[in-house]
Amino acid sequence: MCLAVPGRVVSIEERDLTPMAEVDFGGVKKDVCLQYIPDIQIGEYVMVHVGFAIQRMDEAAALETLANFDKLGILEEEFGDGFALAAKQAGEPYPPEEESR
Amino acid sequence: MKYLDEFSNPDLAKKLLDQIHQVTTQPWAMMEVCGGQTHSIIRHGIDQLLPDELELIHGPGCPVCVTPLEIIDRALAIAARPGVIFCSFGDMLRVPGSSQDLFRIKSAGGDVRVVYSPLDALNLARENPDREVVFFGIGFETTAPANAMTVYQAKRLGIKNFSLLVSHVLVPPAVAAIMESPTCRVQGFLAAGHVCSVMGTQEYPPLADKYQVPIVVTGFEPLDILEGIRKTVIQLEEGRYELENAYPRAVSAEGNKAAKEMLNDVFEVTDRSWRGIGMIPQSGWKLSDKYREFDAEQRFQVTDIHTDESTLCRSGEVLQGLIKPHECAAFGKECTPRNPLGATMVSSEGACAAYYLYRRLELVES
Amino acid sequence: MAQPAGEAGDLDFDAWVCPAPLRDSPTIVMGHGGGGALSAELIEHLFLPAFGEAADAQLGDSAIVEIGGTRLAFSTDSYVVKPLFFPGGSIGDLAVNGTVNDIAMSGASPLVLSTAFIIEEGTELAELGRVAEALGAAARKAGIKLVTGDTKVVDSGNGDGVFVNTAGIGVLADGVDIRPERASPGDVVIVSGEIGVHGVAVMSCREGLEFGTTVRSDSAPLHGLVADMVATGADIHALRDPTRGGVAASLNEIAKASKVGVTLVERSLPIPQTVRDACGLLGLDPLYVANEGKLLAILPADDADRVLEAMHAHEYGWDACIIGSCIDAHPGMVVAQTGLGGTRVVDLPLGEQLPRIC
Repeated sequence: MCLAVPGRVVSIEERDLTPMAEVDFGGVKKDVCLQYIPDIQIGEYVMVHVGFAIQRMDEAAALETLANFDKLGILEEEFGDGFALAAKQAGEPYPPEEESR
Repeated sequence: MKYLDEFSNPDLAKKLLDQIHQVTTQPWAMMEVCGGQTHSIIRHGIDQLLPDELELIHGPGCPVCVTPLEIIDRALAIAARPGVIFCSFGDMLRVPGSSQDLFRIKSAGGDVRVVYSPLDALNLARENPDREVVFFGIGFETTAPANAMTVYQAKRLGIKNFSLLVSHVLVPPAVAAIMESPTCRVQGFLAAGHVCSVMGTQEYPPLADKYQVPIVVTGFEPLDILEGIRKTVIQLEEGRYELENAYPRAVSAEGNKAAKEMLNDVFEVTDRSWRGIGMIPQSGWKLSDKYREFDAEQRFQVTDIHTDESTLCRSGEVLQGLIKPHECAAFGKECTPRNPLGATMVSSEGACAAYYLYRRLELVES
Repeated sequence: MAQPAGEAGDLDFDAWVCPAPLRDSPTIVMGHGGGGALSAELIEHLFLPAFGEAADAQLGDSAIVEIGGTRLAFSTDSYVVKPLFFPGGSIGDLAVNGTVNDIAMSGASPLVLSTAFIIEEGTELAELGRVAEALGAAARKAGIKLVTGDTKVVDSGNGDGVFVNTAGIGVLADGVDIRPERASPGDVVIVSGEIGVHGVAVMSCREGLEFGTTVRSDSAPLHGLVADMVATGADIHALRDPTRGGVAASLNEIAKASKVGVTLVERSLPIPQTVRDACGLLGLDPLYVANEGKLLAILPADDADRVLEAMHAHEYGWDACIIGSCIDAHPGMVVAQTGLGGTRVVDLPLGEQLPRIC
């Protein structure tokens, strides 16, 4: 149901009245139907499922998500495990209140 | 592969796992809806790395597992007909019908072909004008736009020797049906990321409210799954039940407008029987009147179907998370990946198949 | 094991001791040729019982036969690949290198090959000519002689173009004892190079799945590499070329034959990005994808360094690396440590791996 893979649009042409693209999945190229993302530009990334582009990739969102992951645990690193452990034992949330994730 | 490999980063995974361990203070049971997510969890061993208090219940989001037995038997009957080229995704080839599967039909002389995209089946129809090409259109909302487009193209280009055997199922009614079940233990949902890429997230806040369960739209790479779990646990710990999007790089609230328009044109909602679960009203799609001529069930009047589900098989209870695979009496005995009684044992991400492998390891090590 | 049968047609399905292996399918399905569990069971429960006492089948890629004090390695393989020509090779290359490698996997030096063709009526002579050229070139490159052969033509529609069978004979030097039963706890598992390459190359031009890729088949004769490895004096326990069923199938077979457990470290598997991408696209696992110019070596940890050194100096082993080890636990099973630190069982594949959408 859900095996969809992101790839970069390399070229676009119309075939049988439908926009088709050659999409590059990091080295593997495949023909993809662009019926559902008609305004995509060459160089942009799309999510492809069974030969169809179903959504365009939001690069900003991707970078933000990764950055958020990276920031996780920074407080633990600064204060060390002892604090986290003590807080957990006391039933307190840790880190306390400062970010809503 | 960009947008993929970064989301398998083991160092970030460790951070997410640590966070999950941090925030979990009591037992919670959550369901990952999509079979692809189950696959990823088992593949990366994620369920082993979570705190013991967290239970992942594997959901029915595996179109292979829930395709009704009757439709599989119809598919087999059609595939066995001379002159038919029967095309399918690879996933369906070994799913057992009442007495056979597509692999057996192929070995008996049926022309059964695996394709990557339904458009490939349409091309086969063009290249073989003297044959009838049938495509097995299973899947959730993620796959429906591809199948819709193929029928739309067939009509537009006047390709008469093509038809679609439709068995589409919808996620939101399944979520509701699971929550309505009196034995339901699910406290939170990891919603199917790519279904939401197509449909958007607007169908879920009413469900979250009605059943008071957090619903977190989750992706498929290890970091995506961990993040989905993390956000769900935080909501549960804080007593919230909202829709959250943990997969923003591929999911927006409105989804794909062009796809939804096509889906509205080509399909209409119908009651659908889910194998192992039963009838869920308004939970599937069938071809609309405008495209009915391409419906394989109509074109091939297949009568004489006697469905014969194994009486031993408890796939349905597994799909609803009511029992674990090893609690079924047939598990590992009459029912194995080699000789599956139901789809949950044959599908690559079916819970029973996954448990079969793990169970063996635990048995050997004990 | 099962009772040997008297004559063909005498097979008594009910008398089999093993639970229902073939009874679920009265006819042959494609999976029986996949190199996985179904193939193994066909051999164990249909062919061997039928052959009865005439069968002296050994478990390795080639059989060791002693004649007048000389040990010979003897192997046969049939090549049915479609399409006949694919990026980086053809059925001609596979027909030579495949059998050469089977012989090399017992540590023997391959000398001669037979070639038997089964050709579909209507096959273009030019195409057959190209296959023969490729086969000849591969034989010259491998330094082996083609000494006998056969040609048959079958009705159109029955042959898929061209099928080739090659059988080969090689000589095994004294003191060389390389067999799948010899893997022991404490051994390391070495792979000679990047995996998943051949399968992806072939799949990329298969009808219904076509995709563009730079991946070219890795088909290659490995007997020179094996000779260098043996020449180090290391006590190599087992060698296997992971063809159909991939690394997963080969390691499962060795694990079962030796009754050891095998652990794999996923992060150390050398998988080229292009193979990862293709597998990601189709939903396949590189561990199950066929290789045609790679080998797996199982040997004592102490010997690893010198064998790796010899491999790195050879054109077909330049990026050889350790990917796992043999252990006492879970004998007969292969378990991989995932990138995240979890574990997953790498089971024997059932039949052919199919692209999936889920």
